[in-house]
Amino acid sequence: MNKGSFKFLPYGFWIIAFTIIPILMITWFAFTNESRQFTFDNILKIKSYAGVLVRSLVFASISTFICLLIAYPFAYFMSRISENGQKMCIILIMLPMWTNLLLRTYSWMTLLENNGLINNLLKLIGIGPFRMINTPCAVILGMVYDFLPFMILPIYTIMTKIDKSLIEAGNDLGANSMQTLRRIILPLSIPGVLSGVSMVFVPAVSTFVISRLLGGGSNVLIGDLIESQFVGSAYNPWFGSALSWVLMVVMLVIMAITRKFDKNETAGLLL
Amino acid sequence: MKKNNYIIELKNISISFDGETILENLNLSIKDREFITFLGPSGCGKTTILRTIAGFLTPDSGDIYFDGENISKLPPHKRNINTVFQRYALFPHLNVFENIAFGLKIQNLPKDEIKSRVERLLKVVNLQGYEKRKPSQLSGGQQQRVAIARALVNRPKVLLLDEPLAALDLKLRKEMQLELKEMQQKLNTTFIYVTHDQEEALTMSDTVIVMNEGEIQQIGTPQNIYNEPKNAFVADFIGQSNILNGKMLKDYKVNFAGGIFDCVDKGFKTNQPVDVVIRPEDLHIVPKEEAKFMGIIDSIVFKGVHYEIEVFAQNMYLLVHTTKYYEKGSMVGLNFEPDDIHIMAKLFEQTTNIIPAEIIQKNTISFMGIEFIRENLNFEVGTKLNLTIAPNSISLVSSDLSDIVLTLDSIIYKGAYNEMLFYVEDESYKENYILVHSENEEEVGTELGLKFDFEKIEVAKR
Repeated sequence: MNKGSFKFLPYGFWIIAFTIIPILMITWFAFTNESRQFTFDNILKIKSYAGVLVRSLVFASISTFICLLIAYPFAYFMSRISENGQKMCIILIMLPMWTNLLLRTYSWMTLLENNGLINNLLKLIGIGPFRMINTPCAVILGMVYDFLPFMILPIYTIMTKIDKSLIEAGNDLGANSMQTLRRIILPLSIPGVLSGVSMVFVPAVSTFVISRLLGGGSNVLIGDLIESQFVGSAYNPWFGSALSWVLMVVMLVIMAITRKFDKNETAGLLL
Repeated sequence: MKKNNYIIELKNISISFDGETILENLNLSIKDREFITFLGPSGCGKTTILRTIAGFLTPDSGDIYFDGENISKLPPHKRNINTVFQRYALFPHLNVFENIAFGLKIQNLPKDEIKSRVERLLKVVNLQGYEKRKPSQLSGGQQQRVAIARALVNRPKVLLLDEPLAALDLKLRKEMQLELKEMQQKLNTTFIYVTHDQEEALTMSDTVIVMNEGEIQQIGTPQNIYNEPKNAFVADFIGQSNILNGKMLKDYKVNFAGGIFDCVDKGFKTNQPVDVVIRPEDLHIVPKEEAKFMGIIDSIVFKGVHYEIEVFAQNMYLLVHTTKYYEKGSMVGLNFEPDDIHIMAKLFEQTTNIIPAEIIQKNTISFMGIEFIRENLNFEVGTKLNLTIAPNSISLVSSDLSDIVLTLDSIIYKGAYNEMLFYVEDESYKENYILVHSENEEEVGTELGLKFDFEKIEVAKR
């Protein structure tokens, strides 16, 4: 054995103990029943919850898309301002992330409630009240709010890496700022967009706190379903494992597609 | 405005960054269809001029004219000027064809016109068959050619080149120099080139503009710049030179290196201190009877075509180029012709420092914020003085031991010592320069500590 490979021993142990063994355990649970017999029942049972899975994917896609719409122009302008301004922006983006996720979501509850802050303010100017909490929109709003930094930061990072002289070269060859954005900055920032998309989409698909607190009972997502199989009244770790396993496979497929897209479009781009 | 044959005119251009002046009231006219080179050390403002012409920098004041038209307010994408960038700045996500076609696609030209124009340029830069390659798959020289083709595709009236060959190896650089010159003649376009490499400038240009510290030192043909340098900076920067301190006695008579010699220069004041420049190839080693003076060979190095010899003569080290070999330590005679001596006015006319000072206490003198004590002075407090400080009585020390820290503005080797000029900003001192003779070799622009030998300062009432 190579002498240097000892250095990786602790990491190897870590990965085996906390990644590989749990995955094997989930797989084992997903394909067995109480009496430890091999079965497809758990997987087949998911069919009746397909709506939840689809809703999770749709909600996650919508919030990822909204995050992208907000984050891209923001990251673009952020990369253009002075260095101190950029540092300030990063701190402002990171600051909410240092607050507990639960607390942040609870704050949205108090804002969105039927007699919450926003409705009370609207009442003052004579409109409302609106039903805002316990709607799909509230869940998506919560997701966008919580995951936006994970979209902004990778896009911002790649924007700052784009050589300024490329933009100058574009201007020099007759491109105005819109044309430079479309023909140079946009294609060069795709790797940042892709990593932002996967960093938002993956946690958004499996989130459960946000949907429970802001979505009420009517917007159950797959994360909530999995949680209830382990700690709720519907205790069924075999089905819970099956749900997790399917979710994992779906996400692996999505990631693989993104990775392939990434490779085709942007090979040799990050010189 | 009346059209003339100037394609670019800069009028009273001033630019500063963060309070530091880069260019001040620069005026310049560039003739159409010429190969013009800005030559100077890094930080001399040459790239700033280029970026101003391209439109990436807006001057604080002054105007830029393009073909007689004021383009000062025009953004870069509306100027009929294109740039070859220092690090090429090729678009990494586009292949060679798409890179070159970029400017044409922006103009929304029909596909077949784009194709034929790009193909024609690929031929010009000798890159047919490379259309589909990405920039990362090209060598430095090929990337360079793509960058040139990309800049030429819009048929600019002026092509700007910012040290485009700096990243290439020597052999390729020489090839590209000739190719660029050829290309410029074939396309009949104005090329404005920026380099710090004097050989490059002399090889390619019709006109060379030598710059230093944001100021134009000399404009001329390569031959003119080399043979008739206007001041010691140009002589020092272009090729190798012996630059010596001398004194003009009268027209056609100069005193230097301990002798009085004939020269071809006139128009100086009587006894005006001057810089005397002799190119190493103009100093000839001759038998004793023909020699102007004798010297000892201090070192000899073979340089391929010639030997580079340092001769110690008249208490100075002189650089001589010969094709013959001489033994180290041997005594030789040196000779030169009157027209090989180039006489130049000095940047700083004084030969010593005369600095205003004041008595601030009994026996205490203050100048430029420095105080020192001189016993037995019979001057009253408040008396204005002039201090004479010889250039060799000032030494360079580390800044914590120094009396004052100043920025080195120029350094020229004068055969026995380095003649340095330090810039001082002091209202009462109008000369603004401190002259120092030192053995040290320092970089222009660095801040250095100076220490005065107070014993040697001569004090006189103003």
